[in-house]
Amino acid sequence: MPTAPDSDTAQPRSRGATLLQSRFEGLTASTFRGQDRVVVPAEQLAEAMALLRDEGFDLLVDVSCVDYLEYRGATSRFGLIYLLADTRTNERLTVRCFVDDPEPTVPSMVPLWEAANWLEREVWDLFGIRFSGHPDLRRLVMPQEFTAHPLRKDYPLQGRGERHNFPVLTRDHS
Amino acid sequence: MSLAPPSAEPASSVPRSEDYLWTLNFGPQHPATHTTLRLVLTLEGERVVDAMPEMGYLHSGFEKIGEHLSFNQYVTVTDRMNYISPMANNVAWHHAVETLLGLELTPRCRYIRTIVAELARISDHLLCNGAVGLDTGAFTFFLYAFQQREVIYDIFETLCGARFTNSYTRVGGVSQDITPLVIEKIRGFLKTFPKTLADMERLLNRNRIFVDRTKGVGVLSREEAIARGTSGPVARASGVTRDLRKDEPYLAYADFDFQVPCATAGDCYARYLVRMAEMRESMRIVEAAVENLPAGEVDVGIAQRTALPTKQQVYSTIEGTISHFELSMSNRGFEVPCEESYAAIEAPNGELGFYIVGDGNETAYRARCRPPSLLHFAVFPHLIRGHTLSDVVAVLGSLNIIAAELDR
Amino acid sequence: MAMSTQPNVSLPENVVVSRLDSLANWCRKNSLWPMPFATACCGIELMATGAAKHDLARFGAEVFRFSPRQCDLMIVAGRVVMKMLPVLQRIWLQMSEPKWCISMGACASTGGVFDTYAVVQGIDRFIPVDMYVPGCPPRPEQLIQAIIDLQDKIQQEGTITGREFETASRQLRKRALVEHDDPLTIDASRNPVVQRRLAAERFSITPPG
Repeated sequence: MPTAPDSDTAQPRSRGATLLQSRFEGLTASTFRGQDRVVVPAEQLAEAMALLRDEGFDLLVDVSCVDYLEYRGATSRFGLIYLLADTRTNERLTVRCFVDDPEPTVPSMVPLWEAANWLEREVWDLFGIRFSGHPDLRRLVMPQEFTAHPLRKDYPLQGRGERHNFPVLTRDHS
Repeated sequence: MSLAPPSAEPASSVPRSEDYLWTLNFGPQHPATHTTLRLVLTLEGERVVDAMPEMGYLHSGFEKIGEHLSFNQYVTVTDRMNYISPMANNVAWHHAVETLLGLELTPRCRYIRTIVAELARISDHLLCNGAVGLDTGAFTFFLYAFQQREVIYDIFETLCGARFTNSYTRVGGVSQDITPLVIEKIRGFLKTFPKTLADMERLLNRNRIFVDRTKGVGVLSREEAIARGTSGPVARASGVTRDLRKDEPYLAYADFDFQVPCATAGDCYARYLVRMAEMRESMRIVEAAVENLPAGEVDVGIAQRTALPTKQQVYSTIEGTISHFELSMSNRGFEVPCEESYAAIEAPNGELGFYIVGDGNETAYRARCRPPSLLHFAVFPHLIRGHTLSDVVAVLGSLNIIAAELDR
Repeated sequence: MAMSTQPNVSLPENVVVSRLDSLANWCRKNSLWPMPFATACCGIELMATGAAKHDLARFGAEVFRFSPRQCDLMIVAGRVVMKMLPVLQRIWLQMSEPKWCISMGACASTGGVFDTYAVVQGIDRFIPVDMYVPGCPPRPEQLIQAIIDLQDKIQQEGTITGREFETASRQLRKRALVEHDDPLTIDASRNPVVQRRLAAERFSITPPG
């Protein structure tokens, strides 16, 4: 969620959100279209996620990121999104974590959910956010020699010419 | 060791067990890798010791395009994700957009989207099982599946003009309403498909070769399926009874009586059977939906200012004229809240969801696609250790990894 | 020679007089074995073209061999991204002559819908292409038409020794829309296409605060 939302922010009443709010001080929580979001700072993220996993949120649906560089009213640059679900009660919860340049770093969720392995590699590849404790933090979708992080807002859609930089084969070469 | 060469070599060069491992590069251009997947296999003889998957050979920057195209334009790009069942992607994208906008669809639109989503599910499962058959040597099965898919393509072409890559849905409705000819074709398909499906099952279900190649191969336990984030038929074949059509009903699924097939074995054969059974259930849903299709408007009303009004409304009512003006002018468009939301549907492959960040105008600020194939491909090394090289192909086919959805 | 003074010589029915080139072309065009380099959605239409309803085997393209050594026709179906292009080039080099290339679909021909950082804007920038098939994806009938046109091209221009592949002037170097001296230092402010798009956006692009 943007750090300065301008729509309804009723307090969520779901199990996961109330649990986090009771266990940690000063967490911002809101709900939108029936989905609960809780903002957890990076220092408390590992503990909060372990708590949620033990409480029954056994399915990590997605890990992704938003670059708020061009967003009106944003206060931090990167917003991480962790989507969790409970397979027994079908509850969902969104955990947000905001980090900033330079060197954005958060703890890795791989010890808790194995699904986080590739999802975090993708976030590293496309946004440049480091996950401390990740067993194998390499690029996933871009080639290993690629240097930029393409989904950041300051990287142009058409790229910086990397896609034209290949040898040309003519009929003579074959 | 008895296998040491008899020549006069020093004893320190006795081969260790690691020396018998060899590396095989499988892909990214290989018939069995279903387009561009790459696996670097470490083999001992024919047994796989380790598999390192590599992806990204089809990464086209879909999520970055989502930041430059409006909601109705981006649906054309979502077609190109899971290109086996593009209708399901369209439905998923607009489901997510309409969740963000808080839009309520008309009953007719919900039924139409359910019908096309279920036809897309049948199409996807036909191709997935057909590809499993093709990879394990059953070419006739593959041709039967493709012939049925051509019938579904014909239905889609009559409905919206394109065989696949339809871009059928729009914000607040669909691009063309369903016509009686389409309904007739769907009824014809429902009449002939069960017999073909029975023929296909007779070919493979108790075929000794197929069963030997797929039973007990690539077993995924229930705990691993949840911990690794799998969903859809892959998870349901391992005993995870989670189906978004039943757990979080969307569109018109709450009105239909259908079952969700699950299995406990978790091997390739279970995944094959789950997909075959799901096709039968999808047929039931389509039949019920076609018989009970509600009449009325397909697009949402003028008051929501999202779907284009009809020509009659534009020329005869002032609200229609204003709405048309607002939607067509490029610097106006409809109001999008500056908020974020996530919405997922039960795509044929699993849970396909979009996390959309809106910033006021018709173009998303961030359109993140949660691909089921990514997590399934990550599961692959875990499934394949200890199996032989020929099982690699069967397992890869049964996971239904679509490279475009994987890489986006 | 006696033949030249008697133009109306009748030949028995099982004798054909022709040039060696024409004969070789006829053999080659009617047994074009495709190498399907299927990457994306066009790959599914390629499979549909080979399936029962639009049978490509009628035109001689009987077997879709996946080994480049055994093929003569590479059909690039689908978008080719930066990571995949070296693979494409290697497979092209592994095919033995005579070989032809069909670029199937909008993405393989020009980059298609995907004018992004990762997608190569047309494989003919890096591979010699003989036939382009437009469409997104092209219908199977369009692909069959492309194969027929390629067969006509082979019949008209082919040679038994492959001399037609030696002329480098047949392949024109494709030029980018905007030329730069050093491609790696392209920035958005010098690219008019990106500038036009930025100007059309509603909010100005300034970081907050």
